[in-house]
Amino acid sequence: MSNETENSSSEFERERVPENALKGPAAFWGMYAGEHTAGTEFMIGPQFVAWGATANSLIFGLLLGNLLAVLTWRFLTATIATQQRLTLYYKMEKVAGKHLVKIYNLANGILFCFLAGSMITVSATAVGPFFPAMKMPTFDSTMPTGLGWIFACICIGMAMTIVAMKGYSVVAKVGNYAAPWMLLIFVACAFVTLGRLETFDLWELLTPPAGTTEKISFWGIVFFSWFCNAAMHLGMADLSVLRFAKSPNAGFASAAGMFLGHYIAWICAALLLVYWVRNHGVDPSRGKDPGTMVNDAVGWAGLICIIIAGWTTANPTIYRAGLAFQGIMPTMPRNVSTLIAGIVCTAAGIFPAFAMNLLSFVGIYGTILAPIGAIIIVDHFLAKAVGIPTDPAEKTGTTFNFVVLLAWLIPVGIAIYLYRYQDVFASYLPLPTAIACGLLYILLSKTIGPKLKLS
Amino acid sequence: MIKSIARPVGYLSLLATIVPPMLYMFGVISLEPVKTILLVACVAWFAAAPFWMKAD
Repeated sequence: MSNETENSSSEFERERVPENALKGPAAFWGMYAGEHTAGTEFMIGPQFVAWGATANSLIFGLLLGNLLAVLTWRFLTATIATQQRLTLYYKMEKVAGKHLVKIYNLANGILFCFLAGSMITVSATAVGPFFPAMKMPTFDSTMPTGLGWIFACICIGMAMTIVAMKGYSVVAKVGNYAAPWMLLIFVACAFVTLGRLETFDLWELLTPPAGTTEKISFWGIVFFSWFCNAAMHLGMADLSVLRFAKSPNAGFASAAGMFLGHYIAWICAALLLVYWVRNHGVDPSRGKDPGTMVNDAVGWAGLICIIIAGWTTANPTIYRAGLAFQGIMPTMPRNVSTLIAGIVCTAAGIFPAFAMNLLSFVGIYGTILAPIGAIIIVDHFLAKAVGIPTDPAEKTGTTFNFVVLLAWLIPVGIAIYLYRYQDVFASYLPLPTAIACGLLYILLSKTIGPKLKLS
Repeated sequence: MIKSIARPVGYLSLLATIVPPMLYMFGVISLEPVKTILLVACVAWFAAAPFWMKAD
């Protein structure tokens, strides 16, 4: 489905999707299930354990957060997508102007690279069990752990980049085929772990030992699971996918990704670290690399799962980063832009800092990109009611709508300050930043925004 | 023809991915055969799924 999506998104890029190109709900259920069972899930579950999350937070917080994410996809993203049937980029061009879209593309491309880099990091840990001398990174690793690690990341990153340059249809197909099997491998890891720990009491297992500092609360888990894909739902990146949906109810298909990948898979992965903490005395704050834990639990099948899960999600991400860079310089061949993206991704993957801080990184990712979605929400639902023009850049002929730039950058700047200097958890920031951006957009549009010439 | 073989092989490989770990959890079998069965099931799934899922 990733391939299908990519092929589809290369069509009707500057027009409404016609009725005969619309797809039924089945395609979206498969796509969301596949896209959200990634290699990074092996990293996120254990990081909850490292942050001292309670059983209540994990079981009910994830449930609530994922439900809110599904509702955001359904009632905001899918509603706008099926009414407008435009890509995010084309819609942005109408609102923000084509030159401002380039700045968004740059931000998007760089963040995509870091995300794909963390997937390369996770995939590289699958190499570890074959080379016991190679030192694997832990949660507190920020720098490469040695030459062997750098070599493994370069090999994996370059292989992914070459496939992305050639077009990733084969890998996307493998991703589709792998999705149900990968989920079962996560569950298999959990079963083996429960057998080793000789208890089925999930609540007791997920309860951190007395004296553990709770670095992530119930609401922290709710907001993390709600906004870890903020760029896709609130940020409207999935307009490009859901514009092909016959009905906005296709937004409910995101439940497949949220409740399989971001609920079952995260909890299964968390159990792996619980076992290593209890039976091997691993320090939960330092964690253990996914490759070692999965190989120990389910063997080679688990290592294959890590590589495929990392590969099938990193590949489209590198490809999309390449497209984003190409959007900045349209004359650059796609192969060159994908190669540049792949080199940046590989460089990011060598440094475990991104993968080992995923809980914070995805919050920042959403904080930077989600506000753009707020502007589109205002344009779609509120513009007429508050007396500002819809699609102002298109109607006034401006190629750089400064109102959008200010409304985007001011709240994002404040949010980054709060994260960096006030220690605010990154996942708390996308929602208030997006709301502030929407309100500022209305205010600035009414005061200094481009004015329509009335006939 | 291929689909009619691939579908049951696919289902069986998924069962072989989940049942042995479950048996290990209940203390019925040891871990080493579980790992071997999982690897065989992995190969079987990727051999069968393209024919089955493509046909669907």
